[in-house]
Amino acid sequence: MFAPFMVHAWLLATIVALVSGAIGFFVVARRAAFPAHALPLGAFPGAAAASLLGVNQLLGLAVFCALGVLVISQLQRGERREVASALWLALSLAAGVLLLSLSGVYAQSINGLLFGQVLGVSREQVVSVAVLSVGALGVLALFARPLLLDSLSGELAAAALGRTGRLEWIFLAMLALTTVIAVPVVGALLVFTLMVGPASAARAFTNRPWRALAGSVALSVASVWGAIALAYLTNWPVGLFVGLLGAACYVSGRLRSAGAVAQAG
Amino acid sequence: MLMSVPSNPGFWVNEPVRVALTVGAGAALVCAVVGCATVMRRQAFAGHALADVSSAGGSAAYLLGLNPLLGFLGMAAAVAVVMEWADMREVRERDLLTGVVLGAGLGLTALLLYFDATMGSVSGAAMTVLFGSMFTIPATIVPVALAVAGAALVASAIIYRPLLLSALAADLARAQGLRVRAVTLTHAVTLALAVSLAAMTVGAILATALLIGPAAAALRLARRPFEALVLAALIGLGATWGGIALAYESFYWTPGRGWPVSFFIVILIFVAYLLSSWAATRRGARRGAALYGCEGA
Repeated sequence: MFAPFMVHAWLLATIVALVSGAIGFFVVARRAAFPAHALPLGAFPGAAAASLLGVNQLLGLAVFCALGVLVISQLQRGERREVASALWLALSLAAGVLLLSLSGVYAQSINGLLFGQVLGVSREQVVSVAVLSVGALGVLALFARPLLLDSLSGELAAAALGRTGRLEWIFLAMLALTTVIAVPVVGALLVFTLMVGPASAARAFTNRPWRALAGSVALSVASVWGAIALAYLTNWPVGLFVGLLGAACYVSGRLRSAGAVAQAG
Repeated sequence: MLMSVPSNPGFWVNEPVRVALTVGAGAALVCAVVGCATVMRRQAFAGHALADVSSAGGSAAYLLGLNPLLGFLGMAAAVAVVMEWADMREVRERDLLTGVVLGAGLGLTALLLYFDATMGSVSGAAMTVLFGSMFTIPATIVPVALAVAGAALVASAIIYRPLLLSALAADLARAQGLRVRAVTLTHAVTLALAVSLAAMTVGAILATALLIGPAAAALRLARRPFEALVLAALIGLGATWGGIALAYESFYWTPGRGWPVSFFIVILIFVAYLLSSWAATRRGARRGAALYGCEGA
């Protein structure tokens, strides 16, 4: 399990989990589960296109993520966020299905893009992901307090900070960046499980926001490690275990809050 | 291009095309009716999640050699009932719960598709389940699909008024002695019927387009709920049949390889949405907006 060829996989997955756990805290606080699902899934055709053109996958993902942020935030003005997310998702996946069909390949790499692929990670990939992650975490740290305030009470944030429209942009941009980092590893369909599951559980164990953030990151890292170990042992797809461990996190959080309510009442 | 289709004799007598037109029409009609309620009740994410999760049922059906429609349907209905039940206590948690169920369901899909690829004899199951392939639908599915569509339409008609009331004013509905729970549970099951038909048509992860797109477009234009239903049905039907016709034509554009039906259907739906959005903005005062609720209000 810790053979040399697995070292890069462990490193990469850990970095991805750190970033996903951190952004997941804000996804849960802002109730943005659908955009957090729509951006990665909508970006997957970008990676498919990139692999057809022979360009770096991260570039393709980044282009489609940027488009996604633009379309969602534009549609969001005249429309509700969930409908905007659904429309972008459908549009982008339609482009994806055309790409796949015209190229005539349904390669294993596409399956990996959807459901995750941790093996065969190169050193260059680890380095580029590490650089992007530091950037994402840095921006998040810079805007953590205003973002949190805006998530909890938009009116209060508007009163204290003035223009808050910028914050939604920053949030979507960081969501997009996380997507670019995470999709090649955990797959487009399951990136957001890694954001939502651990963060929703962490919230149930503490009332303090920064502790919840730390808990979210810790649970996310634990989920990814568990998922890789189980995938290695069973030889089943890593996506299965990411999904199940995310659900387990959420259920434990629900049980814990239910227990706390019962004790208090 | 479209004009040449009816004059092309191959189109109407072609068995796969007729099957696709029938199943597509059923899916479009049911999705229009259920989709309007879904958008008004702000359940776009739940509808999308059900469709995604139904892919686990679809891939299991390929593995076991069952009717794929029944696979989609079984999984979607089971998850719909479970989500509706778990939802009971905390409505604010709905998005998170939906997300987590979605994640676990997709994990299961990953496993089943892996089994399909390694053990099953079906190649390309992943592509068919996730993105649909209308021209390969077996003719034996038609009676099942029509029965499912009929059941969904009848159920929607029965709960139409109470559901509308509970969507727009839940307290009022409760005060009138409506059994809101029974109504929402029935709606959850009709939602499952709708997404499984849509998954059969455009594939599990594109089903959202058929469910949400026509309804969102119609709700921007219509001033009365019934008007919205009719408009959504027309848009859905037009996009589905138009998509099938264009895909049939596309065999002549790139010789030997047709473009996917799902692509055309989704693009046509998106164009319809943009047009209706543009028309609604041009009309200035958004008189239909009351149907819709407002974000953040």
